[in-house]
Amino acid sequence: KALNPNRSTTCENNMAFTLYSLIQAAILCVNAVAVLHEERFLSKIGWGVDQTVGGFGDEPGVKVQLMNLVRSVRTVMRVPLIAVNAVCIVLLLLFG
Amino acid sequence: MDYTATQSGFRQRKLQPNMRLRTSLVDGSEGSQLFEDTSGAASGPQTGNQQAGPQAAGFPGQSILSDPMSNLAMAYGSSLASQGREMVDKNLDRFIPISKLKYYFAVDTVYVGKKLGLLVFPYMHENWEVSYQQDTPVAPRFDVNAPDLYIPAMGFITYILVAGLALGTQNKFSPELLGVQASSAFVWLIMEVLAVLLSLYLVTVNTDLTTIDLLAFSGYKYVGMIVGVVAGLLFGRPAYYLSLLWCCVAIFVFMIRTLRLKLLSEAAAEGRLVRGAKNQLRMYLTMSIAAAQPIFMYWLTYHLIR
Repeated sequence: KALNPNRSTTCENNMAFTLYSLIQAAILCVNAVAVLHEERFLSKIGWGVDQTVGGFGDEPGVKVQLMNLVRSVRTVMRVPLIAVNAVCIVLLLLFG
Repeated sequence: MDYTATQSGFRQRKLQPNMRLRTSLVDGSEGSQLFEDTSGAASGPQTGNQQAGPQAAGFPGQSILSDPMSNLAMAYGSSLASQGREMVDKNLDRFIPISKLKYYFAVDTVYVGKKLGLLVFPYMHENWEVSYQQDTPVAPRFDVNAPDLYIPAMGFITYILVAGLALGTQNKFSPELLGVQASSAFVWLIMEVLAVLLSLYLVTVNTDLTTIDLLAFSGYKYVGMIVGVVAGLLFGRPAYYLSLLWCCVAIFVFMIRTLRLKLLSEAAAEGRLVRGAKNQLRMYLTMSIAAAQPIFMYWLTYHLIR
């Protein structure tokens, strides 16, 4: 059980997560969702709003739910994202 | 004589504000207390005795307490304290639902013992239904199937300490490493709960599982992780693998049996084979939530035993 000298002491390879990195990852993901344009992109791949024609049963399906989620995230987070991104940029510029 | 009189009077002066504050706390409505006594034990007779004792001894010292300045200060202080407490209660309740959280911590020793046994050996348990009482679920103290937050919270803290201990045996310990372990385990927990919430939304499952329920279920795996790491520390790597395997299978079965009743439809939960894409999707969802637990258990502990 001698320690291999090549094995670095960073055994915490997955263990450098902090809450701040989670927040950064969340901001990046929400940015990615907010960038998807309704007309130019989502309609082209069949994910537009006018394509959510489903039956009136209780079976929305995964794809329709996902489309609704994308649309609602875009609607809700459009303005707060401006503020959050600005804050994040300033923090990154100041503190690296 | 004089000295003892003033001394006892001084002590009376100290005792009485506390007693007054305590009685006002007890007499206040149950909802305004931040931490109410959920043990169900009769706390009435105790406070009654406490009231009777100092009050009887306080009467001789009453005359010394008639200093108007100290009276004014005490009254002002107690009103300020109650105002502050109201403000804190009101604001805190907006962010964290305190009353809902109280339900999850209403546990007692018997429940904790039974639940821990269930987490490690869920094979003999027959009835996994949560019993209800007029539309609200029964407190965990009365039903071993109800989720609670006490075991996950204690398990999380114990896991951090055991991880520190394990890293210490590898000569890798430093105090900030505890914080790193804590925050990363917490982050994984949050990500898992968010992933489960997202998948529950996408599959449109009509369930009464709340976010805190999911947090509780995700926190139950810390028990297995602790058992595995402690066995590995005591008896070496084979013991770690064996005990982790046992706990992984146990948590898998536990999750499947618990989630089956909450996520699947009635017919499928009873074990009858129900066709249909939706039921199949729900079954896959249950399986994947349950399968994620052993994966996380191994992922979070394998670097501790080398």
